[in-house]
Amino acid sequence: MTTRIVELRRGILKKNDELAAGLRQRFQAAGVLVLNLVSSPGTGKTAFLERTLTALREKGVRAAALVGDLETDNDARRLASAGVPVRQINTHGECHLDAETIGKHLDEWREVDLSALDLLFIENVGNLVCPSSYDLGESIRVVLLSVTEGEDKPLKYPGMFNSADAAVITKIDLAEPCEFKHELAIKNIHEIRPGIRIFETSAKTGVGIDAWLDYLAEQKRS
Amino acid sequence: MHELSIATSIVEAVTETAAAYPGAHVKEVRLRLGALASVVEDSLRFCWDLAIEDTPLAGAALTVVTLPVVVHCDACNADSELDGVQSFRCSRCGELASDLRQGRELEIESIEIEEPESAVEQPAQEK
Repeated sequence: MTTRIVELRRGILKKNDELAAGLRQRFQAAGVLVLNLVSSPGTGKTAFLERTLTALREKGVRAAALVGDLETDNDARRLASAGVPVRQINTHGECHLDAETIGKHLDEWREVDLSALDLLFIENVGNLVCPSSYDLGESIRVVLLSVTEGEDKPLKYPGMFNSADAAVITKIDLAEPCEFKHELAIKNIHEIRPGIRIFETSAKTGVGIDAWLDYLAEQKRS
Repeated sequence: MHELSIATSIVEAVTETAAAYPGAHVKEVRLRLGALASVVEDSLRFCWDLAIEDTPLAGAALTVVTLPVVVHCDACNADSELDGVQSFRCSRCGELASDLRQGRELEIESIEIEEPESAVEQPAQEK
């Protein structure tokens, strides 16, 4: 017997990365801006998205959403009230969405033509660890954290916060009772992801939503 | 807890590579994991034996090299290795640095395989 070293130098998630690159080309060709929303469970991704989708529809922006959860179609049913196409993805145990799943659902989603959309939101499974490694072909990764979670969340989950392109602080209407320290939260986000855009929002009162919509319009144009 | 998916992806990739060496046995798999890769080494090791069972990797050892985060500092115009992942500041001047140069690696560096003598001689004869 003889031993030898074989160099691979290959990404463990190469297959996902290749599929994501294919999706990215597909999104670009269709002219749709895709956002991947990530957060812990309970941050308020769905409420934030519901508010966003409703506001976009009122402005005549064509948006749709894919929403990931382990089980149930509760989120898709909630989001359907925004009056835009929504499709639920159940991962049945998987803690993240991957590019293969997104591709499969887009293929099966007959009522949606990507080229007829301005924006596509992908609400990831609530998890601040695993989704950070899986590229979904998105242009913008948005990390959300709520005022109830503590200002040090970015320091606890640097892998995710560092991979994000924009950050949204949710439930700002609860900031006072939670004694939320804005400056500290913003400092912590910037410590992990210097220069990232941060939006402080409330899906309940609508605070900060206009600034967020302006950002979407600006990103769509660029 | 996506380490089992990660372990399964490693097994698929290594099986593909090892297929080019008939009769070979995989002794070791070497990984390069960045400090921001979001993979817990202990969890990966916990899944490893389960993932390699009944595959060409059965019995293979797992070696993990962890890579620190390296950022490029515009102020110093130089790369800077960080001590941890709690602050993305240049270790020289202390300025925030957003340009990540290393730290997200999730990579199979190499494998060590053991081949029967006959298999090793064959390529030599072809020459």
